[in-house]
Amino acid sequence: MIKKIYFQSIFFSFLFFKEAFAAESGGMPQLNPEFWISQIFWLILTFGTMYVVLSKFILPKISNNLESRKSQILENIEAAEKQREDSEAKLKEYDEVILKSKSEAKTMFNQTREKALKDIMAKKEVLDQQIDNEINKAEKEIEVLKVSAPDKINKIAIETSSELLEKLIGSGVNNSSISAIVDDLSKRNGDKYYGN
Amino acid sequence: MAANPMSQFDVYRIGPEIKVGAFDISFTNASLFMIISTVSILLVFNFGSKRNSVLPNKMQLLAELSYTFVAKMISDTAGSKAKPYFAFIFSLFMFVLFCNMFGMIPYTFTVTSHIIVTFILASFIFIGVTIIGFIKHGFGYLKLFVPSGVPAVLLPLIVVIEIISYLSRPISLSVRLFANMMAGHTMMKVFGGFVISLGLVGGWLPLSFSVALTGLEILVAFLQAYVFAILTCIYLNDALNLHH
Repeated sequence: MIKKIYFQSIFFSFLFFKEAFAAESGGMPQLNPEFWISQIFWLILTFGTMYVVLSKFILPKISNNLESRKSQILENIEAAEKQREDSEAKLKEYDEVILKSKSEAKTMFNQTREKALKDIMAKKEVLDQQIDNEINKAEKEIEVLKVSAPDKINKIAIETSSELLEKLIGSGVNNSSISAIVDDLSKRNGDKYYGN
Repeated sequence: MAANPMSQFDVYRIGPEIKVGAFDISFTNASLFMIISTVSILLVFNFGSKRNSVLPNKMQLLAELSYTFVAKMISDTAGSKAKPYFAFIFSLFMFVLFCNMFGMIPYTFTVTSHIIVTFILASFIFIGVTIIGFIKHGFGYLKLFVPSGVPAVLLPLIVVIEIISYLSRPISLSVRLFANMMAGHTMMKVFGGFVISLGLVGGWLPLSFSVALTGLEILVAFLQAYVFAILTCIYLNDALNLHH
């Protein structure tokens, strides 16, 4: 469609400018052979020169550039691949080391824990024994005190009561009768306080 | 003068008349634009090939893309045997492309709009391809005119048609390029003239047409260069890999 319009308009343009063409010789300048030889000469000269320069100097350089780029890129890809493999191996190694050290740490931790626990247990046992000993000793002392306490108290009670009686009555009272009363009382109360 | 759409194709002498024997080889505007085109091609590709960085700059990218474009075109149509002719086809494509493109600049001259230029290029290709064909296949190259699988009765007719079509190759090749360039430029000139003659009131329509035509013509300029080069590849393919 565009082509049709194209050629129709060219056709009409030819009609339109018929007068202008009539004034010129031959109509289309392309068909005027005046400069044909010149055009052929300059075409061969310019195109030939360009062909020689392009084919001898420029195109080999471009091709060389492309080749070297290609090989360089290939090399780079190879190197990258190698490095990737290396890093993968390293990563594996690293993982192994981490795993190993983890298990080591775990065993170490466990050992230390066990040791610490053992120590603690041992110390605890010693302490327990000491505490038991202390308790036993204390109990024994308490036993001794328990046994000796009523006597001392009785003695003190006898002394105080004899003194009190002396001050109240003014004359000495027989110690033995007082002690008999105190003994009697302490026996009765002793059951209440000590619970034996 | 300026209203004549054909006056843009006038060839005129620049400087003195140069004569070698009986031949007039004066420097003309056509010669000027041939030189401009070739020099710009050489400059572009020289700068495009100077530095070789892994990350190409614009010029290098341009040169390398053109290189791979033409290389792919040749290997697709003519196969690997056509590699020795790469430089020629590359030069041809670039020359036609640059001449066409320089013709798109206003007030320039379009070298390829002259039948004599395209005809010389086409006949050089034709003669070259024929010589290559005969060198590669000897007289076996004449088998090109005898397609296989044709009934014997039709053979004389087919052979005549094939020979005519083969001989008309340079004409069709040259006229295609020349006519396209001339028609396009004439069209643009005609519409440009309409813009002036219709003035401020009615000139907008042909102006918009002109704008659209400019885009179309740039496309045509590239396309015709491509067609010229790819037809050369196809003819070369016939000569190199004779399978008809």
